[in-house]
Amino acid sequence: MKRRLFKYITILLFASLTLPTAVIAQDSLAASTDSLQVAATTIVEKVTEEAPATLDSGNTAWMIVATVLVLMMTVPGLALFYGGLVRQKNVLSVIMQCLFITGVISILWIAFGYSWVFGTSFMESDNALGAIIGGWDKVFLCSLTLDTLTAGNIPEILFALFQCMFAVITPALIIGAFAERIKFSGYVVFIILWSIIVYNPMAHWVWGGGWLQEMGAIDFAGGTVVHINAGISALVMAVMLGRRKGYRTIGHPFTPHNIPFVFIGTALLWLGWFGFNAGSGLAADGLAANAFLVTHLATCVAAVVWMSLEWFLYKKPTIVGFCTGAVAGLVAITPAAGTVDVLGAFAIGGISALVCFFMVAYMKPKLKYDDSLDAFGVHGVGGIVGSILTGVFATQAITGTEGVQGALYGDWNQLWIQVVATGASVVYSAVLTFILFFIVNKTIGLRVSKEEEAVGLDISQHGEFAYSEDE
Amino acid sequence: MKKIEAIIRKSKFNEVRAALHEADIDFLSWWDVKGQGSARQGLIFRGIAYDVNAIDRIYISFVVRNINVEKSIDAILKAAYTGESGDGRIFVSSIEQSIRIRTGDHGDESLYDKDEDK
Repeated sequence: MKRRLFKYITILLFASLTLPTAVIAQDSLAASTDSLQVAATTIVEKVTEEAPATLDSGNTAWMIVATVLVLMMTVPGLALFYGGLVRQKNVLSVIMQCLFITGVISILWIAFGYSWVFGTSFMESDNALGAIIGGWDKVFLCSLTLDTLTAGNIPEILFALFQCMFAVITPALIIGAFAERIKFSGYVVFIILWSIIVYNPMAHWVWGGGWLQEMGAIDFAGGTVVHINAGISALVMAVMLGRRKGYRTIGHPFTPHNIPFVFIGTALLWLGWFGFNAGSGLAADGLAANAFLVTHLATCVAAVVWMSLEWFLYKKPTIVGFCTGAVAGLVAITPAAGTVDVLGAFAIGGISALVCFFMVAYMKPKLKYDDSLDAFGVHGVGGIVGSILTGVFATQAITGTEGVQGALYGDWNQLWIQVVATGASVVYSAVLTFILFFIVNKTIGLRVSKEEEAVGLDISQHGEFAYSEDE
Repeated sequence: MKKIEAIIRKSKFNEVRAALHEADIDFLSWWDVKGQGSARQGLIFRGIAYDVNAIDRIYISFVVRNINVEKSIDAILKAAYTGESGDGRIFVSSIEQSIRIRTGDHGDESLYDKDEDK
């Protein structure tokens, strides 16, 4: 009873903290509509001038590579990263969850996800649903041919596949929050519904021409859509699902079962992230090179800061600490990669490591929620930090003389827009995830029984051992 | 015949094995074990420092003739010593019978090679 009360209070608090930002969002939306219409007309003019477009083989080649890199982040990158952090009896369950997402979300994405996010029929026909989803005009990529080009003059089918990898990795990030205790059948239903109801609309808002994009929110490679979205859902799931058995009673954290796995996973994430960020400009140009540079720099700074903190506070620098710091830096630079320079990368990397360290090492034990692998502590918090700092460090050195700039360079409005976009993502994914949890938990159940949890999910859910002792 | 068992630090195992070899004890078995005692081991996970008292140890067991008991114990004592808490224990117990499977030798004869050893 007490526990349930605590849950509801947490959620209420959360909602009351974040609702005002959503309300304010409406106002600034109206304010920025004018400037946006001007921008929209210039874009239209540009497009008509450039026609007929021909395929750019350089951009296309780079985007094919970038797409491969982003797939590599989920399988095997994230599967190994999370797999190494869990206990030995649960490593296969995490790998299976990553594999399953890759398979089923890809199918859903090609079937209708892409159309919902990047379709245009609802917006063109002034359908009210256009505010949430794009339309049905690109179902099964039916209207795309080999010659259909999109921004950067790359084939749109390639763009659809590139975006598919983003749709795949986002729900995979949430796995870290409920690892070691989720029931596979409930997980399957939850993840499919989450992708359809939470991911698709938000991706449409930010990238597909929805209201956040129109408002001028900068999200270069997915800070709000991917990391805040997944991180906040992770927090809701971790709180709602309850703690793992023994989490508070054994007196210390559960230890990672294979730290070299964590290292390999981090290395693959780091590598793949260059496709994620440097590919998000959809072109092989200077902006991509800058995204590459700042991504790498922010990651290195965050990793070294995290390691130094542990070294300073506990006398020993750890491998898991370095890897966690690296991921925090990668997450934080994601929304900013297309707008900040080296200075911004330094600051975003350093600040994200400090804030994530504080959340993971101090706030989590204080608040006593069990976010198994810190999906919220790293992705949610890192995403929020990155998204807001984008509004501080965006510079016209990167965005061009007409481009946006952040508070550091005198434009406080952009910072405000970033805060609103961040707040809106937090509220949307928290509320929707809560509803989804409630529905799936009541119908199928999301948590394994105590006995199943004790023997481990590998045996109880999948009937396999990771490390057999037979000869 | 006595059975000598010792629980020692993992880091000291190779030294103990070499010391026993010096003392002409070349027959022994060992296991990786976990043990708890007063010693604690500090660990760090993502900015949270904690310590555990379950620590990896090596468990050695071998059977010797009575004349070899003292020098075996001396060898282990010398090689496994650090002076810190957690050095381990040695246990000695009596063995009723010992049989070498290949030859069927019983008792003391089963514990050494007649041709080589004294």
